[in-house]
Amino acid sequence: MTTRFTKDHEWVRLEGDIAIIGITQYATEQLGDVISVELPDVGKSFKKGDEIAVVDSVKTAAEVYAPLSGEVIEINDGIEDAPQLVNDEPLAGGWFAKLKIADKGELDGLMDEAAYAKHIA
Amino acid sequence: MAMNQQGRPTRPNTNAATGGYADTISGSRGLDQAEPLIFERGRTDLTGVDLPEPKGVKTRLGGLERKSEIGLPGLAEPEAMRHYVRLSRKNYAIDLGIYPLGSCTMKHNPRLNEKMARLPGFGDIHPLQPQSTVQGALELIGELAHWLMTLTNTPCVAMSPKAGAHGELCGMMAIRAALDARGETGRRRVLVPESAHGTNPATAVQCGFHCDEIPAGPDGRVDMEAFKAKLGDDVAGIMLTNPNTCGLFERDIREIADLIHEAGGYFYCDGANFNAIVGRVRPGDLGIDAMHINLHKTFSTPHGGGGPGSGPTVFSQALAPFAPVPYVVKKGETWHMVEHEEEARADGAEPFGRMVAFHGQMGMFTRALSYMMSHGSDGLRQVAEDSVLNANYVLARLKHVMTPAFDGTCMHEALFDDRFLKDTGVTTLDFAKAMIDEGYHPMTMYFPLVVHGAMLIEPTETESKSGLDRFCDVLEGLAQAAKSGDTARFSSAPVHAPVKRLDETRAARSPVLVWQEPQDQPQAAE
Repeated sequence: MTTRFTKDHEWVRLEGDIAIIGITQYATEQLGDVISVELPDVGKSFKKGDEIAVVDSVKTAAEVYAPLSGEVIEINDGIEDAPQLVNDEPLAGGWFAKLKIADKGELDGLMDEAAYAKHIA
Repeated sequence: MAMNQQGRPTRPNTNAATGGYADTISGSRGLDQAEPLIFERGRTDLTGVDLPEPKGVKTRLGGLERKSEIGLPGLAEPEAMRHYVRLSRKNYAIDLGIYPLGSCTMKHNPRLNEKMARLPGFGDIHPLQPQSTVQGALELIGELAHWLMTLTNTPCVAMSPKAGAHGELCGMMAIRAALDARGETGRRRVLVPESAHGTNPATAVQCGFHCDEIPAGPDGRVDMEAFKAKLGDDVAGIMLTNPNTCGLFERDIREIADLIHEAGGYFYCDGANFNAIVGRVRPGDLGIDAMHINLHKTFSTPHGGGGPGSGPTVFSQALAPFAPVPYVVKKGETWHMVEHEEEARADGAEPFGRMVAFHGQMGMFTRALSYMMSHGSDGLRQVAEDSVLNANYVLARLKHVMTPAFDGTCMHEALFDDRFLKDTGVTTLDFAKAMIDEGYHPMTMYFPLVVHGAMLIEPTETESKSGLDRFCDVLEGLAQAAKSGDTARFSSAPVHAPVKRLDETRAARSPVLVWQEPQDQPQAAE
């Protein structure tokens, strides 16, 4: 169960054909304290690269893009009530949504941890 | 300790953290007066106005009349006035010092403008007066319109938009109307450079378009190859600011205009930075189709809490028929305001509608024309020259200690990134807060987004060289302090301001928007 990363600082973790997505530690450091997160509706489908969520922070507002194509089957209501979770544990409790993905092949275009570390260095 | 439990502790005479000083009995220190909230200054069970109870009034409210107290603080006039004057003394204003907010053009507002705006023929009239009784005011609107069209070389201007973003909306609605008139309802994609003001994409979306972002090249300007690749028959137009928000002139603007026109789209130019080119460049010559002009920036009318904005929008020949009502025309010797769409249609126009109830910001029109007339065409040209000169002076003085975001000279604002703070533990936010301790309003920070930790400084032409030197001395000193490891100066700044470092995160996450009477609490021993 490896985590893959996009150049726009989203992460995705695959469990079977379910992808859990969120934003990276680096992204939260750049954004500063997160104030609110606008999550997608369950049941809605997104293509890879579509805007899937919006993050508001003390510094700015940023779009979050779907790292893979798929249908939203669950969202993390917890971060709507407690957005600090995104800052505190971006790769765990601060996840955004679960997608039922259509094409595992899309994962190939994403970076592994080492490549992402190099990308943000 | 008596604390306001709703966030900011406001009671005086506690300690420095609560807004009052601990070392005086009153909580004030000399002329720095502690000031609580107006609800704490006044009492909600008193009124400052003593009116006799009306007699023999039969209520017609059907039992819906208020039965309980309204709960507003009651203060006499001098108390209410002193409250706000005391608060104003804790504020920062363009009349107190340089206000270097990039992208905002916070320049001095000459007092002559104020005198003109208060003339009874402009200041004491009513929008519903018969037009025959306000001929002078209509002539002033017509005269200002004439000069705005002359300075931009355009054939039409809508005077009514009430701010920059409202002007953008006016321009994009005209573009939408023009496309609809052509029957091209499929053109819904608007190209917006990534350094654009946030209002640009917001306006486009509001008008039913969707945005497509054009990346910037390494020189901070539109990447022409990326722009060309995005052209197509679904493109409604482009929204471009020139000079752009990186403080750079878009050199390829003529080619951009030609290409967008060839592709069947329109060119919306954001005129927010017109101050840098007024009298030197006529946007109409560059091929723009619509552009708003911020009177409150370029033409020195007050803004930023000091007054409302005003955003007249000029149009090219192609969009002119779609401009909104109202507009003024001269018929013989008489000035006339065309107020209704039917009348405009009878003149052959196709207005997309109306944006405001009346005619726009009359007070701002008077101030702007006063500014134009007192400067003259040569004076306005010098405004642009000196604003660019001043920004380049700041850039040249600071480029050795701070890091300019782009090489070369700038236009009216100098843009730095946060590379010079790397590994110091000091952030752009800390740096800006430390400026408050030094008595300066910070520059615009973290914008434009294309630059990391951006600091955008727009000195405007109204600062003198000696004033800029003092300002640059302070920034130089702060940059050196950060580099030498003096992080204490930054980490909790501002420490000398009436209100210390605020918890902005908590304020945004759990805002307290309504005052509630604090519960009585036992006094803790100090």
